[in-house]
Amino acid sequence: MSRIGACFKQLDEAGKVALISFVTAGDPFREITVPLMHKMVEAGADMIELGVPFSDPMADGPIIQRASERALKNNISIHDVLSMVQEFRQEDSTTPVILMGYLNPIEVMGYQEFADAAAEASVDGVLTVDLPPEEADELLSALRPKQIDPILLLAPTSTEERIKSISDAASGFIYYVSMKGITGSGSFIIGEVGAKVAELRRHTQLPIGIGFGIRDAESAQMVAQVGDAVIVGSALVAAIERLADTPEEIGPEIARTLRSMREAMDRI
Amino acid sequence: MPTDEQIDFGKMPDDRGHFGRYGGIFVAETLMEPLTELREAYEKYMQDEQFLAELDADLQNYVGRPSPVYHCERWSRELGGAQIYLKREDLNHTGAHKVNNTIGQALLAKRMCKTRIIAETGAGQHGVATATVAARLGLECVIYMGEVDIKRQEANVYRMRLLGAKVVSVESGSKTLKDALNEAMRDWVTNVDNTFYIIGTVAGPHPYPAMVRDFQAIIGREAREQIQQQAGKLPDALVACVGGGSNAIGLFHPFLQDEAVAMYGIEAAGDGLESGNHAAPLCVGQPGVLHGNRTYLMEDANGQIIETHSISAGLDYPGVGPEHAWLKDVGRVKYDAVTDDAALEAFHALTKIEGIIPALESSHALAYAAKLASTMQSDQTVLVNLSGRGDKDIHTVAALEGIKI
Repeated sequence: MSRIGACFKQLDEAGKVALISFVTAGDPFREITVPLMHKMVEAGADMIELGVPFSDPMADGPIIQRASERALKNNISIHDVLSMVQEFRQEDSTTPVILMGYLNPIEVMGYQEFADAAAEASVDGVLTVDLPPEEADELLSALRPKQIDPILLLAPTSTEERIKSISDAASGFIYYVSMKGITGSGSFIIGEVGAKVAELRRHTQLPIGIGFGIRDAESAQMVAQVGDAVIVGSALVAAIERLADTPEEIGPEIARTLRSMREAMDRI
Repeated sequence: MPTDEQIDFGKMPDDRGHFGRYGGIFVAETLMEPLTELREAYEKYMQDEQFLAELDADLQNYVGRPSPVYHCERWSRELGGAQIYLKREDLNHTGAHKVNNTIGQALLAKRMCKTRIIAETGAGQHGVATATVAARLGLECVIYMGEVDIKRQEANVYRMRLLGAKVVSVESGSKTLKDALNEAMRDWVTNVDNTFYIIGTVAGPHPYPAMVRDFQAIIGREAREQIQQQAGKLPDALVACVGGGSNAIGLFHPFLQDEAVAMYGIEAAGDGLESGNHAAPLCVGQPGVLHGNRTYLMEDANGQIIETHSISAGLDYPGVGPEHAWLKDVGRVKYDAVTDDAALEAFHALTKIEGIIPALESSHALAYAAKLASTMQSDQTVLVNLSGRGDKDIHTVAALEGIKI
């Protein structure tokens, strides 16, 4: 079983919902990322979503855009991101790591070369925001033999037909986008999220992670009542940006936020 | 690779928007269903006689079509080669070819009951053309424009505001057209229920490249008739500038099956292709995925999009329409590039010799056409798409000459 599958199974047995924590690799500087990933796990994150910086993050709001810009100023390439995963694995062999980003850096590297390198670095899942399953055959067939889960998105606008076909192509978990919009903006309506997640469950056995609009313990707790994983990104990245000049405070601040989410989620 | 003879150019793209390996749909899941709705509406109304009649009437009475084809007798004589003809898209309402497309998409928006229009713009021509049709149809209009472009195209920004549009300054990334497109996509994904996104070029996810081409193909359909009436035969060569490539595909498309007609798409070489400061993805870029489609891009070895340079804001874009990428690979169109300096020279030549002030974008095509014509015989013809007028550029040109106006 993949690390992602094992992680969900273990949480399920313990009656818990997964907390997935996002950070852009190399933001605000290269050396902080791996220690920060460990800190996130310590504070209660069950999986790490590691952002691969891209110059044109079309689906992201200003907070994650600026994180990408800071990382690119530090010349963080997809090769650097893979090295970070490898380094993380030296001390943590169980926490799943999912790469999140856009297709072009992978396309330019080459699908097969990427799949080989990602497997070598012990990457567990790959989420490419701008790659719908219709265009994904080639990348998916490079990832599958390496036991890397392609994490696919579903959204409020997804029709029943798409829910079915995407559920069939996905593995690891389904990433449900809680609202129409970009990362770090607006708020979801929990009733609508719950109804759509119930619809998804009619078509898939896979765990359902929910992201977009989760900014604090309260929203994490709400989402934990309907999903199998709570995905938090912009709220953490905003703290990194705020504390970029006093980086020693970043780890403790991120840990505080994750702990408060963890505790709120575990109370349900 | 197939040869020209085997290709039915009219049958592209395939039903998922592919031109060979290019094009397609590369967007976040939230936009997949809205794009399906758009494609279905577009396919339905392009067969709908009432829609087409309304479109034709608007193009005739509001835009002023057909635009003339003009024979540059004096300039041709000076160059001493082939006869140069211009397709006068600069005479359209709002001053460029852009309105052909915005009229069509706005009519579609109305049919789809959308109340809000958004668009990206570089030079401001597409923004003005969008704000114009939105004003006329009484639709709310928001235009995204890079901060850098806002500074170099102040007059167009004011025009859009006069027309009632809200112009949003985009301050992320390189603060130019590509970032304006990112921001418009972000708006669309957020407001998709009531909003229609009018993309201004033949790029973006399917169906945009095909839809914008079909609205712009009126340029080539008219020109094909007009040039035969005036010159008595099909042209020997077509020349058009290529940023995203909508004016070029509009001219080229109705001629693609005419094997004897050579075609040249001209990108911006900026300070020169060897300088690195240019916007010529077809000439020196690599295939990649950006803004919803696979195409040639200006990118670095790690797949990051790199900043472009051109004197003309309308060509300052790191990608290009996927149909151009495909036409390059199959060899049907030859793509080349012209520097800022050469474009400026052509700008002045056409102004002084023919009394027509061309847009800096179109000046790239003119510069190449002049060079090409001088190598040809005087009984041959070159048809250039004069895609826009240069009024918007006089501040840029004056500033280069140290004149403040």
